[in-house]
Amino acid sequence: MACIEAHGLRKSFGTTTALDGIDLNVEGGRILGLIGPNGAGKSTLLNAVLGLIPYEGDLKVLGQNPWDSRDHLMRDVCFIADVAVLPRWMRVWQALDYVAGVHPRFDRARAEAFLAKTQIKKKSKVRELSKGMVTQLHLALIMAIDAKLLVLDEPTLGLDLLYRKQFYDTLLNDYFDHSRTIIVTTHQVEEIQQILTDMMFINNGRIVLDCSMEDFETRYAELTVRPEQVAEARNLKPINERQVLGRSIMLFDRADREKLAMLGEVRTPSIADLFVAVMTDKTGQTQGAAA
Amino acid sequence: MSIASESVTAMSSEASSSVTHPFYWSVRREVWEHRSVYIAPMIVAGLVLFGFLIRIIHLPQTMKLLTALNPAEQHLAVAAPFAIAAAAIGVTGLIVAFFYCLGALYNERKDRSILFWKSLPVSNMTAVLSKAAIPFLVLPAILFVTIVATHLIMLGLGSAALAATGSNAGMLWSSWPIVKMSLVLIYGLVVMTLWYAPIYGWVMFVSSWARSMAILWAVLPPLGLCVAERIALDTSFLSSLLDYRLNGFLHEAFYFNPHSKEIGDPLSLLAPAHYLATPGLWAGIVVSAGLLAGAIWLRRSREAI
Repeated sequence: MACIEAHGLRKSFGTTTALDGIDLNVEGGRILGLIGPNGAGKSTLLNAVLGLIPYEGDLKVLGQNPWDSRDHLMRDVCFIADVAVLPRWMRVWQALDYVAGVHPRFDRARAEAFLAKTQIKKKSKVRELSKGMVTQLHLALIMAIDAKLLVLDEPTLGLDLLYRKQFYDTLLNDYFDHSRTIIVTTHQVEEIQQILTDMMFINNGRIVLDCSMEDFETRYAELTVRPEQVAEARNLKPINERQVLGRSIMLFDRADREKLAMLGEVRTPSIADLFVAVMTDKTGQTQGAAA
Repeated sequence: MSIASESVTAMSSEASSSVTHPFYWSVRREVWEHRSVYIAPMIVAGLVLFGFLIRIIHLPQTMKLLTALNPAEQHLAVAAPFAIAAAAIGVTGLIVAFFYCLGALYNERKDRSILFWKSLPVSNMTAVLSKAAIPFLVLPAILFVTIVATHLIMLGLGSAALAATGSNAGMLWSSWPIVKMSLVLIYGLVVMTLWYAPIYGWVMFVSSWARSMAILWAVLPPLGLCVAERIALDTSFLSSLLDYRLNGFLHEAFYFNPHSKEIGDPLSLLAPAHYLATPGLWAGIVVSAGLLAGAIWLRRSREAI
């Protein structure tokens, strides 16, 4: 069973179309990065998946309709909406008691073991914790839940580099196994490139690019062109060209790597560079959509 | 899904799953968040007791004054501080209930914590009903305990003071028969809570709906409609309806005879059969249920603000 299946998913807010016919199929055991500019529809898509908003079209999450059965679905799905949603009046022990009291898959000992490795005291209120500690607390709660799908919407927004790195390291080392699925959106794309198995670009409510990281690595190549061969390289139809320190850097989709190697230095591009290329280039959009 | 079946399915879903009690824990979390539901009545009880202590200091003079009165007047004079204590704590409870309901479904959207609550397997029905349990169950229970404890302390202090001055404390206990008065208190709290059900329902509905200034949305429309009716039709149907809703239970649930000077059995004042036959009671409960259903429906689709 696919973890998430969507066909023709649409959502409008008044006259604004937030999701414009999304088809999606996320298998279990993947870590999917959902990447898009502000207002692209990422959060709307995640909210639909989490049963927080109604939508048009077909959507099944773990075989269930999220809008009709959010409370049931949440036994198998966890999410961190962003760093600031833990209630500020709550004390750490209260959060543990409450989640233990309402969640059938919560392993309290696991959460406490995780908290023991942090500076967080059980008597502290959430409002007394730093932003990074609140995220640690939320992560401790989430990681102690034996869920099938974890949704992270900008989970590290506003955190410093150390907390961000620790967040993803913990997630990957202590939580992720191949029976779980993780969907993550973030603007710090480069920091999660290494942990993703799949990525998806979304813009104006549509999926612009959807590929696995293996495909990404074989499909896209970044070429730092030797100055005298720029014209030759352009003939191979790069999807994007930019100037860095006076040298041309071109991005190719499905180009022959051996040919490229004769024109300069070939690398796998960063997701961030591909993102910029796809989002700024009109032809890139159509190529991506056709993929 | 009903609250009961939610726990049952949680139990049967998987061997590794632990038993959960979403309703119970949701009520507990409300009390954690809103400590005013027990602190405010306790503070008022403390003030009442402080006042009573000062009164006791003047006890010898008071006793002298009392002996000049006839037995019925003596009885009323002795019972008055007890009744005032109960009223003060009870009114505090109503104010706390009003403000609790006003914030119950509004604050969680305002501070975005609704996104955390909704990330847990707790239905909107459980969430809203657990919040409704505060004014409908928790607060009346807290008020009962606080008022009875206050009365007992007052009786104890009064008896001690009377014993110290060599007087008989019997009149104190006969003027405020604590067991019977506690039964009257339970009855009073129940009839009041049921009578106010549509008010709690309305304020919680507004709380789940308003995007800002929930207090204005809760208070101004009823008042505005009364004023509009008065101006447009020169009638006061709505304002008398409002007045009936605020005070009606006193007439419907008790036999009041303000001219009676008899010291009767306090239990004879209770009119449960008449109260249960009052259409206003059942109409209010139906309206309240409808408003709470509306709040549940709104909580499902309302987003953080």
